[in-house]
Amino acid sequence: MGVPLIETRNLKKYFKTPKGDLHAVDGVNLKINKGQTIGVVGESGCGKSTLGRTILRLLEATSGQVFYDGKDILKYSNKEMLNMRKKMQIIFQDPYASLNPRMTVSEIIAEPIKVCKTLTNKNEIDDKVYDLMQIVGLSERFVNTYPHELDGGRRQRIGIARALSLDPEFIVCDEPVSALDVSIQAQILNLMMDLQDDIGLTYMFITHDLSVVKHISDDIAVMYLGQCVEKAPAEELFKNPLHPYTKALLDAIPIPSLSSTQGFKSIIKGEVTSPINPKPGCRFAARCHYQRKECMSNVELKEVGNGHFVSCILL
Amino acid sequence: MAEKLLKIDDLRVVYRTDEATVKAVNGLNLSIDKGETLGLVGETGAGKTTTALSILRLLPEKIGIIESGNIQLDGIDILKATEADMRLLRGNTMSMIFQDPMTSLNPIMKIGEQIGEVLELHNPEMDENTRDEKVNEILQLVGLPVERKSDYPHQFSGGMKQRVIIAIALACEPKLLLADEPTTALDVTIQAQVLSMMRELKQKLGTAMILITHDLGVVAQTCDKVAIMYAGEIVELGTIKDIFESDAHHPYTIGLFGSIPDLTKTTKRLNPIKGLMPDPTNLPAGCKFHPRCDNCLEICKTQEPKSILKNTHMIKCHLYIQDKQM
Repeated sequence: MGVPLIETRNLKKYFKTPKGDLHAVDGVNLKINKGQTIGVVGESGCGKSTLGRTILRLLEATSGQVFYDGKDILKYSNKEMLNMRKKMQIIFQDPYASLNPRMTVSEIIAEPIKVCKTLTNKNEIDDKVYDLMQIVGLSERFVNTYPHELDGGRRQRIGIARALSLDPEFIVCDEPVSALDVSIQAQILNLMMDLQDDIGLTYMFITHDLSVVKHISDDIAVMYLGQCVEKAPAEELFKNPLHPYTKALLDAIPIPSLSSTQGFKSIIKGEVTSPINPKPGCRFAARCHYQRKECMSNVELKEVGNGHFVSCILL
Repeated sequence: MAEKLLKIDDLRVVYRTDEATVKAVNGLNLSIDKGETLGLVGETGAGKTTTALSILRLLPEKIGIIESGNIQLDGIDILKATEADMRLLRGNTMSMIFQDPMTSLNPIMKIGEQIGEVLELHNPEMDENTRDEKVNEILQLVGLPVERKSDYPHQFSGGMKQRVIIAIALACEPKLLLADEPTTALDVTIQAQVLSMMRELKQKLGTAMILITHDLGVVAQTCDKVAIMYAGEIVELGTIKDIFESDAHHPYTIGLFGSIPDLTKTTKRLNPIKGLMPDPTNLPAGCKFHPRCDNCLEICKTQEPKSILKNTHMIKCHLYIQDKQM
């Protein structure tokens, strides 16, 4: 297998606020292999979107390293990054806010090509746009349509086509289906999985929806307040969740079935603590049933076998 | 015979704009018993919110028009009531929780005052001290610390804001609560807290509820009955047993279940419904689902199917009219 396509080492992103430093991403170590999907799950404010954007350098990291194919891209110059961006793309969550309302579908999809000058001949660009539209299932007749004339599902397909226009290797998918109805969600997820099989794309799939993440991911990283608390292959995580937060998260999902004995058995009390100047130690401790003194000192992410990593003193 | 709390007969609602008429609700029939929770399930554009707003008579003026039908709430004819009558009903006999808690609260009023406001409007004879006590009671009921009643909405998280909204909705102990996707904007662990709390309150106060949602998991955990809506009509209706355990379903319901990734299985691909919701200004003839239906028959293209009823389970589909076992 060799070198993972993406590797982050102790990646941190802090935001300065009047009250202190907001620890959005706080020492995350991830490895993503080529052709695979890593699902990053967590609730609002856990830092998953910030993580995705920091990896792409849409936000500048506070410290740490991001290796792409073995090279630390945080050290690259602007010129080198422009070149890298052809390989690393993003699909945004909001299919309404992420498309320029004054550009047509074909103009939106062609824009990255024109910016990076990967093609300069008008006919070649048009052909490429038609190809991409076909790949994502957008009818040719929408070539000169504006985003507001289309529904959420079709707009998201435009976003995907745009992300593919530079023939990338790696795509950060930031909650790409959360804003869509379930039947459209299913269509888009199928499309993304087909593309991965056909072109060998690598995805970082960010979502709060656990059923979606299980369906699409090879590995899953669970985030809480800027830290990765558990990491495991998808099946393994769902079969054998170890961190108390992961267990509570899985317990909280309402199952569409009457046979589950779900009585919301371990509803976590309380709210997420503040990410500003957090105290040392496990950030979940305040809400954890099993909290004890040892939780107040820093807990490391340890491997417990089968590629399964957990940061909890109980294990 | 127990009187139905809410009975809707053949409701038809349109939105009339300069360009076109949007047929939002097309012959809806619904009823709810006291204390019952009905899940109203469907995707964007199905007509769920329009139905809720029609019951409250809160459709946008001049544009939203109830063309025909009958709505009876607790013996009151809603469509014949005056606006003054409706104002007495809203917040009191029936109330609504809107979808986005972030924008439903008045940003410049303390939350304690917002809860107190609804008590004051419907109980003008109540003195200030009693009102204050009631506000404290309700805050405790929804799990919010009483000390926070002089805080402003922006000082609360999404989940807490939603609890405030639920407090406002339940302050006058309404008989019917309309909840429009009350937990969609919330994280799953907060959703679990809020749903658990709503279930407890429902039992304590005996409130009936129409829960609008697209999440079949939420439906399974909180509802007694389920109505599946498509293009302004109810295409399937039944108890949760009927919907989750019966073998017979409307093709759209099957499509909905097939679109959801199942946590208990590993599937390679999902089975989405092909195509999109029909254009409500230009609905298909016959059965409105027929262009997307894998089992479409000739008759489906021209004739609207009748409702087939077996015990508590209703399905509106030609496949079942033709002597199929239900």
